[in-house]
Amino acid sequence: MKKIIAMLLAVMLVIGLCACTVEQNDGNTVEITLWTYPIGGWGTQATVDALIDGFEAANPGIKVKVEYLTYTDGDDKVNTAIEGGQAPDLIMEGPERLVANWGAKGLMVDLSGMIDATDKSEINTAALNACYTADGKCYEYPLVMTAHCMAINKNVFEAAGAMEHINAETHTWKSVEDFFAAVEKVRVYTDKAVGAVFCGGQGGDQGTRALVTNLKGGTFTNAAHTEYTWNSAENIAALQALKDCAGIEFNPGIVGGDEIKLFYQGTLNMAFCWNIAQQLDPNTAGTGAEKTANGDEILFLAFPSDSTPALQGGIWGFGIFNNGNDEKIEAAKKFIKYMCDSEKTADAVKAANYFAVRNTAEGADLSNVWADNAVMQEYNKLMPMLGDYYQVTTNWAAARTAWWEMLQDVGEGKDIAEVVGQWANTANNK
Amino acid sequence: MTNKNMTLNMRNRKLMLRESTTAYLFLLPFLLFFVLFVVVPMISCVYAGFFEAVLGTSEKKFVGFGNYVKMFQDPEFINALWNTIIIVVVSVPVTCAFSLWVASIISKLHVAATSAFRCIFYLPVVTGSVAVTMVWKWIYDYYNGVLNYIGTETGLLEKNINWLGDPKYALGCIILILLTTSVGQPIVLYVSALDNVDKSLVEASEVDGATPMQSFWKIKWPQMMPTTLYVLIITTINSFQCFALIQLLTSGGSNTKTIMYYIYYAAFKDDNLGYGYGSAMGVILAIIIAILSAAQFRAGKEK
Amino acid sequence: MKTKNTLNPSQLRSNIYKWISTVLVSLVAVLFLFPLYWIITGAFKNGVDINSAEPVWWPSEWVMTNFQKLMDRRSSPLFEFTIGNLTFVGPKIPSAILWLINSVVMAVGSMLLTCLTSAMAGYVLAKKKFWGRGIIFGLIVCAMALPKQVILIPLVRQMSSMKMWDTMWAVIFPIVGWPFGVFLLKQFSEGIPTEMVEACRIDGASEWRTFTDVMFPMIKPGVGACAIFTFINAWNDYFMQLIMLTKTENLTIALGIATMQGESSTDFGLLMAGSALASVPIIIIFLIFQKYFTKGITMGAVKG
Repeated sequence: MKKIIAMLLAVMLVIGLCACTVEQNDGNTVEITLWTYPIGGWGTQATVDALIDGFEAANPGIKVKVEYLTYTDGDDKVNTAIEGGQAPDLIMEGPERLVANWGAKGLMVDLSGMIDATDKSEINTAALNACYTADGKCYEYPLVMTAHCMAINKNVFEAAGAMEHINAETHTWKSVEDFFAAVEKVRVYTDKAVGAVFCGGQGGDQGTRALVTNLKGGTFTNAAHTEYTWNSAENIAALQALKDCAGIEFNPGIVGGDEIKLFYQGTLNMAFCWNIAQQLDPNTAGTGAEKTANGDEILFLAFPSDSTPALQGGIWGFGIFNNGNDEKIEAAKKFIKYMCDSEKTADAVKAANYFAVRNTAEGADLSNVWADNAVMQEYNKLMPMLGDYYQVTTNWAAARTAWWEMLQDVGEGKDIAEVVGQWANTANNK
Repeated sequence: MTNKNMTLNMRNRKLMLRESTTAYLFLLPFLLFFVLFVVVPMISCVYAGFFEAVLGTSEKKFVGFGNYVKMFQDPEFINALWNTIIIVVVSVPVTCAFSLWVASIISKLHVAATSAFRCIFYLPVVTGSVAVTMVWKWIYDYYNGVLNYIGTETGLLEKNINWLGDPKYALGCIILILLTTSVGQPIVLYVSALDNVDKSLVEASEVDGATPMQSFWKIKWPQMMPTTLYVLIITTINSFQCFALIQLLTSGGSNTKTIMYYIYYAAFKDDNLGYGYGSAMGVILAIIIAILSAAQFRAGKEK
Repeated sequence: MKTKNTLNPSQLRSNIYKWISTVLVSLVAVLFLFPLYWIITGAFKNGVDINSAEPVWWPSEWVMTNFQKLMDRRSSPLFEFTIGNLTFVGPKIPSAILWLINSVVMAVGSMLLTCLTSAMAGYVLAKKKFWGRGIIFGLIVCAMALPKQVILIPLVRQMSSMKMWDTMWAVIFPIVGWPFGVFLLKQFSEGIPTEMVEACRIDGASEWRTFTDVMFPMIKPGVGACAIFTFINAWNDYFMQLIMLTKTENLTIALGIATMQGESSTDFGLLMAGSALASVPIIIIFLIFQKYFTKGITMGAVKG
């Protein structure tokens, strides 16, 4: 027994040493770490490795080590790493973390020097603004963006005669009234709930937020992003309307991911947690993109509104943690420049599976990145409806939790005005 | 005389000194780890409990007992305390009673059967907390979980229930998993305790016409008291420390936050609470567990 | 029925009770086995079986795709260290394998270190009279009554200031410092007759020889119990691993599986493959050494 183990160990050691590569560090190599959240293909090792290889080839002397985070444990990992004095050099996420959280804590490097007038003219203004703090510091260099939307099962809606309430061409509802009329038709036709307001989870809250605020024209925060205003009369009315709608159930038991599953499965015929990633997902049954598990066609739509819908966006880019090493910061900046503003930007955008925040990068045209993908092209129609990026409001994490709690309370049938007020106060730290 | 005494004393002292030196040399490796990684963090935990501080920044503000005052005004903390108490109050007696029941049955079986059963009930412990949690997550799953399938097929459930997402059921589901992972050790202990019961006393009582029930409670039970005491203490401590299940299954959602999870949440997830607050909660948790263990020990000794 | 049976009513009753309860326990045992069965079959099911709303009790076909996915998902070098200006990078292997190796190294490392330090400390605490013995023993008992997790938050800071955060040591050292093993082995050592130790000393053996040649062999069963306890605890100490380890190449298998829980869609096939990888080796070890495990657990409890 002992002999066998010893042999095995020896064999492993030999194999290990033989396959070992020795790299000489001449002292000029800077090693930087990049931590990414699963932003499309930026969460897949093979995709990222290809991009990194390109960067390292173009920038000899810089090595990038990548760590992959998930939304479930990513924040904890970054926070413990900061505490452990081993924060990454580069991090890829959205302004709510880079700007509003770590940036506000003074942990990030100001990138405003990297953005000149040309860049400003090239980058989507709403997206760029979200990357700046109130005092003009930039903690994120944006790369991609998207708009969150909702989706319906087109075949079921057609069968129920509810398509007349929808402008399929522009992916919008004709009006809020039409939205409720359509839901009622589908409910009568299928004899079950059409959509579900999910009330929990690590993500997916953007769907419920946009649904509520668009319905009666309310806002989620004030314009200066200093206070949560979801206890306004408009939003209370909107929540009441949703609660009163027979075809929409408040389900405290499911999270956004569950809702998507139920929608693919045909249990629900409407999903509020939708995005291009879901639209392209061939789903677990393998019926292909834009299809439910039984092959029904999926139509993505902006949220119902009586004016122009204000869609919740996602903006993703890179930030640099200030680890006190100028060499590393310089290398990290080179990395950002390479990914976000060079002829290679198209690849970085494509890897993320979202839409470029800028139209040109160093002369390279980015408007046609998705020319070969009809779904992406179609989805691009939603981009102009991007609304205010209010996720940078202070106390964001707590406000999100409070929002879920509020929806749960509403679902349990508590007095809407009361619970909305109570949880908005929690969000506002009152 | 005094002189002799003195030299004896001196020699004793010398001997003691030598003994002490060797003793400390032997103790040194352990003490190094113990002091560095247990005692010092304990002290710094108590110390940090007096500050308002957030991870990642070096700023901190002395607040005295502020964190402790805040704790008992914090509905989330009270809620977490309550959930923890529910877990302990349900799981400790059930674990003890269930493992005693199983042990009393399997100990009467053939040796091979006893050890097979013992193995089976111990399996969830060796499977590892994360693997066990993952498979239960699937069993409880809303759409393709076995539990919902069996429930709806047999007509016990009207429709699928989101076990882990619904505040009505989530804590109960977590307690069930906790039970499966915590009966292994008590069963092993009870089986051996039952084996070690003085057989002659049991036989004597049976000759006297006592029913098996009577002989169990009158003869065996008192002899197993030390085992029961140990089982009580370890299950209590385990139930208080229930963390992995909650972090992996609900992330504290659906009203399943326990103190242990809330400590983690405060320290690593919510800057409004901070790790100073988390440390203060840790101190309170430690005090609660220490008091309970002492009380159980006392009660066990008196009996 | 009654007349045919030669047993008296009370014996009959107790016999029936015995049968019913044995059947009941067997049923419960089946329920206890089910999760493990579900992990192993789930790991080999195809996507359709996994996602089917009606559970597939036996895989319609046995596939390796889940393991394939698990292996392809992440890869990291087997080892990486720097001597001078030379960096040695090992061959790239699937991270899942590396996580398993890390788990084993971590648990075995903790086990060996704990047994050694605890045996030494337990011996002198039981057999030597020295200054400060009472205080040290008191501290040990106090520390044992406290929940271990409480100290972990300050430990993160401390580990980072000692440059040990996100290394194996950050997980191993606190386990070694935990005094349960010392307590256990002190109780064991007390059961060894003092005369034997004395006799050895009179023969002129050094303190260290006394310990290794006389004491250690006699407390071997205790050391075994200590080893099993430490191993299981280290293997299952998810909280500590969670806050101490971060980089992909430093994770344990438990953490690795936890990171595979997707955000929007949970891939149970992948999770089951990971769970199988994490649990089956240790279950096999358990089944082989089953006798020692139960003995160790019992002894640990009786003495501790």
